[in-house]
Formats: sequence, structure tokens, C-alpha cells
Amino acid sequence: MAKESKKNKKAADYPQIAKTPTGITGLDEITGGGIPTGRPTLICGEAGCGKTLVSLEFIVRGAIEFNEPGVFMAFEEKAEELAMNVGSLGFNLEQLQKDKKLKIDYVHIDRSEIEETGEYDLDGLFIRLGYAIDTIGAKRVVLDTIENLFAGLSNQGILRAELRRLFQWLKEKGVTAIITGERGEGPSLTRQGLEEYVSDCVILLDHRVINQISTRRLRIVKYRGSVHGTNEYPFLIDEDGISVLPVTSLRLEKEVSSERVSSGIPSLDKMLGGKGFFKGGSVLVSGTAGTGKTSIAACFANEICNQKQRCLYFAFEESPRQIIRNMHSISMDLQKHVDNGLLQFMASRPTLHGLEQHLVAMHKLIKRFKPQAVVLDPITNLITVGSVSEVKAMLIRLIDFLQEEQITVMFTALTLNTVVTEQTDEGVSSLVDAWILVRDIEFNGERNRGMYIMKSRGMKHSNQVREFIITDRGIDLVEVYLGPDGVLTGSAREAQKLQEQTGEVLRSHAISVKDREVLRKRKVLEAKIAGLQSEFESAEEELNKIYIEEELVKKVAEGNRQEMLKLRRGDQGGNDRKVKSNENKRI
Amino acid sequence: MTEQPQQPPASIDDLETGDLYRLRLFVTGATPNSTRAISNLKELCETHLANKYELEIVDVYQQPLIAISEQLIALPMLVKLSPLPQRRLIGDMSDTGKVLRGLGLPAM
Repeated sequence: MAKESKKNKKAADYPQIAKTPTGITGLDEITGGGIPTGRPTLICGEAGCGKTLVSLEFIVRGAIEFNEPGVFMAFEEKAEELAMNVGSLGFNLEQLQKDKKLKIDYVHIDRSEIEETGEYDLDGLFIRLGYAIDTIGAKRVVLDTIENLFAGLSNQGILRAELRRLFQWLKEKGVTAIITGERGEGPSLTRQGLEEYVSDCVILLDHRVINQISTRRLRIVKYRGSVHGTNEYPFLIDEDGISVLPVTSLRLEKEVSSERVSSGIPSLDKMLGGKGFFKGGSVLVSGTAGTGKTSIAACFANEICNQKQRCLYFAFEESPRQIIRNMHSISMDLQKHVDNGLLQFMASRPTLHGLEQHLVAMHKLIKRFKPQAVVLDPITNLITVGSVSEVKAMLIRLIDFLQEEQITVMFTALTLNTVVTEQTDEGVSSLVDAWILVRDIEFNGERNRGMYIMKSRGMKHSNQVREFIITDRGIDLVEVYLGPDGVLTGSAREAQKLQEQTGEVLRSHAISVKDREVLRKRKVLEAKIAGLQSEFESAEEELNKIYIEEELVKKVAEGNRQEMLKLRRGDQGGNDRKVKSNENKRI
Repeated sequence: MTEQPQQPPASIDDLETGDLYRLRLFVTGATPNSTRAISNLKELCETHLANKYELEIVDVYQQPLIAISEQLIALPMLVKLSPLPQRRLIGDMSDTGKVLRGLGLPAM
């Protein structure tokens, strides 16, 4: 608790810069909460890069979402033109003006109508702005594009002094202001060096066309007193306004799940620790052409739908009907999932729009459809609209977003050579959580498919090659035959199996022959043992007989001697003891 | 400060009287530029347009709405309402040559 209070004290001691959220998707994440409150922010960029729209959206979102009325001072377009321009974005400027949430003031200035006859100031502008701010209690102000003043008025010295006074005045008013400026030549950010006056926050917009595809980018050049993303972030203008991307990739603090999602192929699940992929994980299926990547992806989508969950399938190569027809051939009915609303296809050629547009289109669809799984088939085609690094950056952002939403994603990617490449073309293999490689194994005049799990983070997975077969009934994995000649697949494996069966029969026959031999041997041995036994018995008997005979002889001799002693006792009585002892000694 | 015009402005009669100069000067209170502009303009009019001009002086601080309707940015500003064409002159009217040219008057 002591620690807590200390922390609070620390925060109180060093006041943080107050920020005003712009309400523009993504921009507030990059700026860490918005643009500085009560200070002017400069948005500069070339013509047509979206300065007016960014600033107008700031005002409109402020009025609608944050209940902060705003003043839009337009030096370029009339109020009606502006209203028309943003009508397609669903902003009803007229209604907002009626509700006193928004005030648009069109400033017209034309040098040809004006003669300068001496010293002047821009009080007219101050009065108008002050009046507009005060009537609706505005918290936000936009001056779009104030540099037009330089075209209308020739006395630069006065203008610069007045602009400095204007920005100071805006700060005193406590309004959060956005000033837009045309991109200048060379290193200066704006034509008239507005960045000299507006130094708290400068945002640079850029519009580039690479390979005939245009991308708008946004970069925060400086933001005094605040941390901010320093990269160039692509942004888009579409029917919902401006979206700056990435939305979420500043940090890596995503929720993780240990829940598993089946791949739809039982034997593949078995290879993945028996349960399949992690929910919210990303899976890459790569392989050469015709190795069944789409089938694996469709199988996954099918399984998700079978679990009564939603799946979104982005097809960049085939049309939905084509995929459904093709999957029928391996007895997979995707049509019924489409009819049930569980499966949605989104098929478009990659060249339809730029990568960012793709990303945002995906974002939107995903936000709307709320799927549990997303399939991108294949990501390789995106290369046609962007460089490798751009595709990678885009996929990183997509993965980030999907992980945030706990959506499992499966990408398929085409590899161009049959050698096991350690990298896919998109360089995304390091990003994904699981990487399945489907590879052609050419052997014995035929091609077969082998499947490997190159990686699968956080789970026990098989290191074995499996043969991947597509049958009428679906996809299955078979263990490859590892023979003395190496890995055998396809018909070679079948042949080897047959050969093995023949061998089995022969061997069992051989074994029965051997068994009989052993039996016979045993019998012979037993007979021999019996012979020896009887031989031994007869020898024993012989020995016993001799022994008994000797016993008998001894007994009889003893008897006879006793008899003799008895007979002699009558004649020589005194010597009998001596004789007896002698006799005893002799025996 | 404000001198209201004697007649309602911009009627057809006024346009017909070709040599009547109807001028309107927008100022911002008593700022140095404004006071200079007023005195410079009055002096100039008395010299070149004696008795054939109407000068209306409008303090924009008092009527901020007029700043929007009249597209005012730089002040002080003089508008020549008639004779046509309308002209707008900004500044403190210290450059007499330019003011005269702006009003369509021959230079001195």
C-alpha cells in the first residue's frame, strides 16, 4: 500500500501532458491517447493525402463521441462542399451544425479583390474564430489550410507575426487545435514553415504509389512531452472514415489460451499431441503447388463449422464455388455450412486493393462476422501487391489482431522449390505458432505427399514424416514405411507391404519346420537319457552286489571264528584273551 | 464610433448616382491600425471626394457576425460599395496612391 501511494505521489509530482482523443481508429493508440489538449497540432502532407479528412474526422468524432463541440475553419472548401465530401463517410455535418455541435466557417480570400494599403492585422480572423468558439463552446478547432492566407495576402512579415499571435491566442483559449499545412519543398515540413509556430505535435501524412498501388501513411514527427509510435503507419480512408494501422501491435501483451482446436484431420491432431492447435494460435501450411494446402485449410474450416462455430475463409486464388465444388470431391460439404451461416467466404484478387486495404477489409469483416477461425488461402498471392517486408508487416498486424480476438488463423503459402525451404517466401514462418509443411516426395516414378510438422509452439508434436493422402472420403495421414532403402511412400510403400506379407508367410512356414526339428531332437535326447539311466542302474546294481557279498563273507567268517573260539575254550583258557587281541589287530 | 448611413444602402437610386461614393470601413475598436485607417481615410475623402461620399464605419468587435458574412480576415478593411465594381482595400490606408487606385480615382 505504501508503494501504491508512493507511485501515486510520483504521478502527481510530475504532471503528464493532457491528451484529447481524436476518435480516429488507431491514431489514439499511436499517440498514446490523442493529441495534446489545449495546444495546436500540425498535420502536414502533400495534396490529396487526407489532411482535411483527418482534421474533419477529429472535429466530427469529438462532437459525436466525446461531446466536445468543434469549429472547422475552412480556407479551401466551402461548407457545402465539405458536407458533400464527407457525406459518403456517414457524417451529417448539417445536422451537427443545427445541433450546435459543429461550426464550419469558410474563409474566402482572393488576392485579386484586395488592395493592400498599409499596415493591417488578422483581427477579422480572430473575431470570427472567437465568436464561433464562444457560441458553441468549442473545445476543438481546425484551421484547414491556413497557409492559404499566404496566397491571399502578400505581406509575409505581418502574416507570420499574426500567425504566431493566433497560435498563442488558441493556447490561451484552451482549445485543442489542428492546423493543416501543405508539404513544402526540401526538408521543411510545410511550405510556410508553420512547424516553427506549432511545435507541440507534428503529424506528417504521406501518399505513395508503389507498383501502381497507392498507400497512405502517417508518421508522428514529434510530440513534445509524450511517448509515441515513431514508425510510418499506413492508414486508410474508407466508408467508415480513417483507420490507422496497426491497431494493436505496439505491445505484446495478448491473452493466451490453452484451449485446443482440432485441425479436422484426426491423424494430424494425433501428431499435435493428440488435440490439435491452440485456440487463438496461428498456423502456417506451406507446400509446393498441388500438395493439398487448400484441402487442409478447407478441412480445418469444415471442422470448425462442424463444431457449430463460425469460420471466415479468405480466398485469394479460387472462387467460393470452386472451392466448394472441389471439396465435394473429397466428400466435404462446405455448402451446408455456408447455408447455415457458419462459413463465410471472402474471395478477392489480391490486386483488388493494396495490402492495407486488404487488412482493413479483413478487420472489418472479422469484426462483423466474429468468427472463431480464419483461413487465408494463400498468402503468397499477396506478394503481388506488396514487397516481402510489407506482406510480413501486414501479416504481423493481422496475427496480432487475431490473437487479441482469440481467433485461430490458418495461412496457406506456396513454396516454389521442392527443397525443404527453411523460410517461406513471406518470411512468416517465424511468426506463426505452428508450421505444417506439405511436400512432394518423388520416388519410383510417382509423386506422393509427405507432411511434416516443422514447428508447433508449446506442445508435444511428432517429428515423424507422415504420408498425406487425399481420398474420396477425405484426408488422412499414413505412417510412411521406413525400409532399408529409406522412406517409402505411395505404391512403393504398398509394394513393400506386400513383400513383407509374403515374407511373413514364408517365415511362419520356416518356423513350423524348425519347431518339429526341435521336437524330434528332444525325443532323441530323451531316449538317450533313458538308456544312460538304465546303464547307470545296472552298474549300480553290480557294485551293490559285490558289496553285499563281501558283507556276507565277513559275517560268515566271523560266525565261524566264534564257533572255533567256543570249541577251543575247553583246552587253553589262559591264552584266549591274547589271541583275541591279536585276532582283532589282524582284522 | 459607428456612423450609420443616412439611407438604406444599395438601392437602385444609389447606383444611378454615379459619382456618389459609398464606402464602408471595418475596424476593430481603437487599435492603432484602426484609428490610423479612419483618420487617413477621412483625410483622403475630404481631399478627393468632398461632398460626394458616404462613409460607414463598422466596429467588427461589436458585430462579430458581420465578420463572417463579409468574409473579413485582414482588418482594417475598406469596401467600396459603389460605384461598381466593388473593391476591397485592407490596411491603415497610409499608402494614398494605392487607396486612390483602389477607389478608382485618378492619382494626385
